[in-house]
Formats: sequence, C-alpha cells, structure tokens
Amino acid sequence: MTLSSNSASSVVKAPEKKSSLKANQFWARVIFSISVLYFLIPLVATFYWSLRGKKDVLGFEAYKKLFADTNFLPAFSESIVNAIAAIFLSLLIIVPTAYWVTLRLPKLRPVVEFITLLPFVIPAIVLVFGLIRLYSRPPLLWTATYDSSRVLLVCVYAALSFPYMFRSVDNGLRAIDVRALTEAAQSLGANWVTILLRVIFPNLRTALLSGALLTFAIVIGELTIALYMAQHTLGPYMADLTRSKVYEPSAMAIVSFAITWAAMGIIQLVTGGQGQTTGGH
Amino acid sequence: MKSSINTDPKLTNTTVGGVKRPPQFQIGHWFGVIPFFVFSGLFLIAPTVVLAYRSLESPAGGLTLEFYGDLLNETVISAYVMSIRISLTTAILGGIIGFLIAWAVSIGGLPRPFRSITTTFSGVASNFAGVPLASAFVFTLGRVGAITALLKLFGVELYKSGFSLYSFLGLTLVYLYFQIPLMVLVILPALDGLKRDWREAAENLGATPYQYWRHVALPVLTPSILGTMILLFGNSFGAHATAYALTGGLFTLATLLIGQQISGDVLHNPGLGYAVAMGMVIVMAVSIFIYSILQRRSERWLR
Repeated sequence: MTLSSNSASSVVKAPEKKSSLKANQFWARVIFSISVLYFLIPLVATFYWSLRGKKDVLGFEAYKKLFADTNFLPAFSESIVNAIAAIFLSLLIIVPTAYWVTLRLPKLRPVVEFITLLPFVIPAIVLVFGLIRLYSRPPLLWTATYDSSRVLLVCVYAALSFPYMFRSVDNGLRAIDVRALTEAAQSLGANWVTILLRVIFPNLRTALLSGALLTFAIVIGELTIALYMAQHTLGPYMADLTRSKVYEPSAMAIVSFAITWAAMGIIQLVTGGQGQTTGGH
Repeated sequence: MKSSINTDPKLTNTTVGGVKRPPQFQIGHWFGVIPFFVFSGLFLIAPTVVLAYRSLESPAGGLTLEFYGDLLNETVISAYVMSIRISLTTAILGGIIGFLIAWAVSIGGLPRPFRSITTTFSGVASNFAGVPLASAFVFTLGRVGAITALLKLFGVELYKSGFSLYSFLGLTLVYLYFQIPLMVLVILPALDGLKRDWREAAENLGATPYQYWRHVALPVLTPSILGTMILLFGNSFGAHATAYALTGGLFTLATLLIGQQISGDVLHNPGLGYAVAMGMVIVMAVSIFIYSILQRRSERWLR
C-alpha cells in the first residue's frame, strides 16, 4: 500500500519537476536576453558613433583624431604614472600592515578593517572638499604648485585603493601559512625586510596583482578629485572632450571601456574568478 | 642567555628550537602599522575631521549647530531629495533586476559559460562609471543618440514626448548600468549559499517551488538582498562623476551641490556647505553600518 502510493507520487512528480525546470530555463533566458540588450546597446551605439568620424564612411578617423589631440597623450600618460605610483604606494603601506595584523597584532584587525573601509563612507566629492580646505592654506600648504598637488592626488588615490588592496592582500595571506613561512625564514636567518620582500611578496603575487589592477581601473579615469585639484589627468580631459568635440568622446569611451575590460579580464584569469571586482563611483 | 629567553612567557611559546628572534620591543610591535595609520590620518580622516569642525565652528567663535539648522534651506532640501529619490529608485530596481540576473545564471539553469561571462562583465560594468559611461548614454539616448534616431524612424519623437537623458529618469537609467552589476556580484555568492538539501527537503515534504521560495529561500536571502540594496543606495548617493559628466554639474543633486560649493560659494554660506558635506558622510555611514549588520546576519545561514 505505502509502496504503491509512493511510486505513484513519484510518477506524478517527475514530469512536474521537469516542467518547472523548463519554466525556469525559459524565464532565465528571457531575463538574460533583456539584460543583454540593456547592457550592450549603449556600447554598440557608442562604438558605432566612434566609427563615424569621417562623413559617410565608417572608419577609425575618430580614434586617429583622439590620439592626434595634443592634450590626450600627456593626460593619458600622466594618469598612468599616477595610477602606478598610487599602486606602489598602496602596496608599500598595505602589505606590511596586513602582514603585521595577521601575525602580530590580531587585536588591531577590526580597527584596520574599519579604516580601510572609510573610502566607502566618505564620498569622493566630500573628501576632495576636505582636502582642499585642509591643504590649500598655511600651515599645511600642499596645493601651492601643480606638482605638489599631483603628489597629494597620488597619495589620496593610494588611500582610496585601501579597501580593495587590503581585502585582496588579506585574502592572499589567509591562503598561505604566514606564521610557518615567517618562522622558517627566521630560522634560516632572514630579517624582516627579507621576509617581506622574498617570502611574503612572492606568495601573494596573485592577490597583489588583482588588487593592483582593480586600483588601476578605478584610478585611471578618476574625475571628481582630479577635477577639483585642477589636475590635467584623463578624467578632467574626458569631461572637457565631451563638451568640445563630437566624435572623439565616443572613441574615448571605447578606449576607456577596453582598459577596464583588460584590467578585469586579467584579474579573472589570474584568480580563476575568485577576485574581488567592485569599485566606487 | 638562556634564562633571558625563558623568563618571557610569550617567547617560550613561539620559539622553535632556540631560534634567535628579533627583539620584541613594544615600538617594534607597532612599527609595521604606523605608516598605515599616519597615511589614513592625513588623507582620509583629517580632511573629514576638518569639514566636521568647520561645520560646527561659529563665525563668532565657539561651537554651534546653527549650520545644521540651515540645512532646511530650499536648495539643500531639493538636492538631498533628488539624491535620495535617485538612490532609492536605482537601489530597488537595480536590486531586483540584479537579483533576477544572478538567479538566471545560477539557479535558473542557463549553461555554465553564461555565468562566467556575466561575472566578468559585471566586474567591468560596475567599474565603468564616470565620463565614459555618461558619454555612452549620450550616444545612445541623447538628443542625437542612436536609439533616439532609430525611434524617430518609427515616428516616435523621444524628446518631444517628455523624455530627457538629463532628468531623473535619464540619470536613473544611467546609474542602473553600474548598480545592477554590483548587485549581481554581491548577491551571486549568497545564491550559491542556498543548500541543495533545503530545496530537496522542502520538495520531499510536498512544497511547491513557490512555497519553497516563500518560506525557505527568500527568508534566508532577505538580509543579503536588503543589505546589498543598502550598499547600492550608498553607491549611488555618493556618486558624483557620472552625474557631473552627464549634466555639466548643474543638476540638483547633493554631490553636485557640494561641487558647486567648492568652485564658488553658491550657498553664500560656507558653514552650510560644510554641513551639507557632513550630512552626506552621516547618510553614508548609517547605510554602511546597516549593511554590515545585515551582512553578518546573512552569514549565519549562508556560510
């Protein structure tokens, strides 16, 4: 009796399950297709515009004009240098901190974590407001010249990268046995600098690379802080371009999208999809 | 020599085979983290503290809450209201749509490659903000954008029917471009955390898919979903670059108002400008705080 009722229910249930699976797949496809439209149309439209630089012919004229613009390459290279400097500065600060917090000062971890999250709490526009009020007059005059402002900008970018950098490095440190590696190195007579540079750094390569690339993607076209600190970097340049030119902004948007795509793609490759990949706006 | 090692209880625990350790002065303990604290102090904390102090500093000397009272000024209120409206709308819409996409590529049964494409693209799109994003939408839905032109061919005059990219609706459409992917990235791991056993147990007890979602999956996911929506709220509330690039900084929005205040005292009241900035920090702090509470809650089930 029980047996038969059991088998009966399973007979009834099986096709029902299949149909609900099919319904799932149907809706999944609908949702996916609509979102593909929303996300691809702006990119396709921009790409199409970027090919229309010359009248009535499709071609790469807009890109040629963009790269020929005397302001583009200086702004671009300045942003690249700023980004790389910010990445190294951030690594130099975050790696020892994360290492020390893991190994020696675990009690400090909540404090450090809290501070690294501050860039999420303080919007960029508020931060630059405070920076200008703090550093644009004596006794802490820091924005007197273009180059000193640039140093300040790089430092702020490094601070903005803390959430991503700390998280990647911290995840990386969790994946290796820091204590055992440190003690092994010590027993071989290594000092702290050697341990950090030759034992910890190489073991964190993947984590450092993904933190660095994420920072790069966020910093390279940053607008808000650079704008109000009057820096001639890519962000303000792009904003000017959208006001003064017709076709070049589309080429610029595509180039910028390609850079972001490259950075995220490499992170996916090196981390096998485990990388943390969200920034701020 | 030997006794000096043994008298320190900390050392006897960790010293392996009489290895010589570096001297453990208290200052040495802190040495590794000092640069971090100095740096954060100079570039994150001090600028915020200066704004906080200035917002409380009375022109006559002493401290005052006067400027926070001034926040009830028409310009300030309309900027905050618009910021909150856009943030709420994009957080809720972005949250729902992002959740559906995450569902489609994980539980919905789409083939495996769709999922990795979605996560990679979400990583890109959630970071594709600012000027390039604004440009992309101008070329799509601006006055001469591709979709605007295409609709014209079909006889639909988008800009005559009241639509504008430089309005609440337009900005919402643009913001969703980074809000939805952020939701997908954050909520996917939570969906993965739903255990197959729960579904099977529910089915064996005769639950319909609706009952399973209503009574098992959604209650477990609710803290994550709400928490992430709050994260999206903050993400949009603090956003400046995209709106600036799209509207030239002239739209009514709290971040843009601060921008105008930096360039020239548009509020004709410096103290009020600082209070507006601090108001943003407070809203952001509260939302991040709620987010972290909800996130901790969801970890109880999902990890």
